[in-house]
Amino acid sequence: MEALNLNVIVFYLAAGLAIAGAFLMVWQKNPVASALYMLLSIVSQAVLYLQLDALFVGAVLIIVYAGAIVTLFLFVIMLLNLRGEDLVNPSAGPKRYVKLIISGVVGAELVYLLVESTGIGTHLTKLDSAIANFGDVKPVAELLYSKYLYGFEITSILLLVAIVGAVILARREPGEN
Amino acid sequence: MNLSGANIDFTLLLPEISLAICGFAILLLGVTKRGKDFGFGLGLFGLIAALAFTVQQWGTLETGFFGMVTKDGFSSLYNIIFLLAGIISLLIAQTYLRAKKIDKPEYYALVLFSILGMMVMASSYDLIIIFIGLEIMSIPLYVLAGFHRFNPKSNEAGIKYFIIGAFASGFLLYGIALVYGAGATTDLRLIAANYHSMAQQAPLLLYAGVALILIGFGFKVGAVPFHMWAPDVYQGAPTPVTAFFSVGPKAAGFAALMRILDFGFDSMDEIQSVLWILAVLTMAVGNILALFQDNIKRMLAYSSIAHAGYILVALTVGGEGAVASGLYYLLGYTFFNLGAFAILTILDTRDGTDSRFSELTGMASRHPFLATLLAIFMFSLAGFPPTAGFFGKLYIFSGAVEGGFIWLAIIGVMTSFVSVYYYLRVVVACFFTKADHPFQQVAMNPYLALALIITAVGALGLGLFPSSWIDLSRQAFASFL
Amino acid sequence: MDKVEIYLPILIMVAVGALIATVLMGLSVLIGKRTRSKVKMQPYECGVDPVGDTKHPVPVKYYMVAILFIIFDIEVVFLYPWAVIYDSLGMFGFLEMLVFVAILITGYFYILGKGALKWD
Repeated sequence: MEALNLNVIVFYLAAGLAIAGAFLMVWQKNPVASALYMLLSIVSQAVLYLQLDALFVGAVLIIVYAGAIVTLFLFVIMLLNLRGEDLVNPSAGPKRYVKLIISGVVGAELVYLLVESTGIGTHLTKLDSAIANFGDVKPVAELLYSKYLYGFEITSILLLVAIVGAVILARREPGEN
Repeated sequence: MNLSGANIDFTLLLPEISLAICGFAILLLGVTKRGKDFGFGLGLFGLIAALAFTVQQWGTLETGFFGMVTKDGFSSLYNIIFLLAGIISLLIAQTYLRAKKIDKPEYYALVLFSILGMMVMASSYDLIIIFIGLEIMSIPLYVLAGFHRFNPKSNEAGIKYFIIGAFASGFLLYGIALVYGAGATTDLRLIAANYHSMAQQAPLLLYAGVALILIGFGFKVGAVPFHMWAPDVYQGAPTPVTAFFSVGPKAAGFAALMRILDFGFDSMDEIQSVLWILAVLTMAVGNILALFQDNIKRMLAYSSIAHAGYILVALTVGGEGAVASGLYYLLGYTFFNLGAFAILTILDTRDGTDSRFSELTGMASRHPFLATLLAIFMFSLAGFPPTAGFFGKLYIFSGAVEGGFIWLAIIGVMTSFVSVYYYLRVVVACFFTKADHPFQQVAMNPYLALALIITAVGALGLGLFPSSWIDLSRQAFASFL
Repeated sequence: MDKVEIYLPILIMVAVGALIATVLMGLSVLIGKRTRSKVKMQPYECGVDPVGDTKHPVPVKYYMVAILFIIFDIEVVFLYPWAVIYDSLGMFGFLEMLVFVAILITGYFYILGKGALKWD
């Protein structure tokens, strides 16, 4: 039995909230509430990453996902003026089984990964070296600004293209209606 | 900071840099009142400069930027294909865009950035860089598909392509993550070197990863069963964009697939049977469904699916000869497919057209020269000698027979016989169908004529001197090993 | 060091924040006076009776701002680890970031030039 220190309590609290948030996100009829439960789940996941020493991953979750993506989701929901009753009942029709099968396959795969990577050191030994400090700011930075320099620089072009695309598709030119 | 072994050599990236700088210039000039008209010229200039630098790089074999950029014959040949596709589609675009009143400078910038992404994809051994390249290529394409903002069909094309494309990217990225999990690297050279130990340690991860990567690129090249987006997107997008779609992203997808499958996972034998099934399905479904189309753009969409199938045959066989024949075919396809689309764009520039077969009637008597060219491109697509299409198919299918894939070759030849029917339908509609109403005059200009000349010369030139071109492709592939 | 110890201040802050919110809302539920009638629940108590729905689609302009925000937010994500190891990167790192930011600044000028953030 593990000692019930603060670390363990925080872990179970964050893990529970992450799972509960994810479930409630799917369960909710109101899309705005769904988005807010997603926010809860993301913040809890960020706490889990902090506990794993993956500070950078946790920070990115907060900055990008919690800060920006959920905001964008809310804007989209309001833009489309979506309400719960507008949405087709997702559990109706034969397509529900397709969703169940896909979720099942992805879930089974994740469980397999979990078992495989926590198994007794026979598999994935190569990853062990990577796991030390994996996701902390400094190791990420040292790779990103040296080995992955090229990828880093062309990412700026990717972002630029995204800007141009958004402006072209959403901006109403003067004189257009 | 330790920079030893980094080899930060900007001359390697000159083609990419010239595209990027011209793209920035178009964007910044485009917001000023008088700079709007520079888009086309700057775009063309950037593409030609990049082409010149790429040709200059031919024959070098160099890696740089911590091994993330690789310029070899393989990347050079692919980059030439992308740039040619860009130049031709730009030449045919301006007239069309002006006629439809959507001539914005951003169009040219987006084409340039998209080609930049393709070049990034074709010139790296690292899966992460290939992925970023794929995204730089794809995002402009989503926007270009929906560029005709007030046309519902164009909107539909944009959204459909975006959603399917985002899915495909997701699959691809998941696959890359799994491969990383199996070997703790994204470098294809390391994967190729350590393949056997990886396969021993984590076989399931590796197989699942490669399968997901294959699905991701399957969507991009339009292989069956990942093709269902193609007809709607091809039909809805503005015609010059469709022209670009049918060649650029497809070639880029094959560039990445060839590097990944024929180099990185060369030792994975099971992949061959999967590719075999994909190739057969793609050739059969593409060619058979093309028979039932009434819209030429949709017909050409299914035809481009079928052509992806022929190149998949080359990929299935693998090895120098087969891959070189695939490269030769792609180069030829660039010319004759873009040629066909160039004529379609010229026809679509008129008002009230919807690229139906019935609109072609009477073309031969009104524009005999255009109709003859269209017939040449159709014969090339169908694979009649002495065009590039014939020799491409000949090399691919004879390579398959030599490699022991006799059934694959037989199925390929049979499906391409089917294709003759729908390509000849176009010729029949042009030449031999009685017109019940007069053919609406089309307007020509020097740019369109230049595009037609380049494509016609390419389609016939590759066919008249096939052996020298196939040698060039072999040379490209040899340098990639 | 123990992770919880490092992040203890943040933990306390989260706890205090949650406490204040719960206490204030709980208090208003407990001691507030509630009258619920049809008239009371209307948006305007003394005026014209409301017609239709209060939910209207939000203009697409908000969406533009949100998506441009995300893009520059991602730029910040790249700045953060760069700032952490700036000392060891030196001039090389500075030039790297200069190119990155210069390319994005091009996008910024493009947005300004297009007037994409103008509100009318």
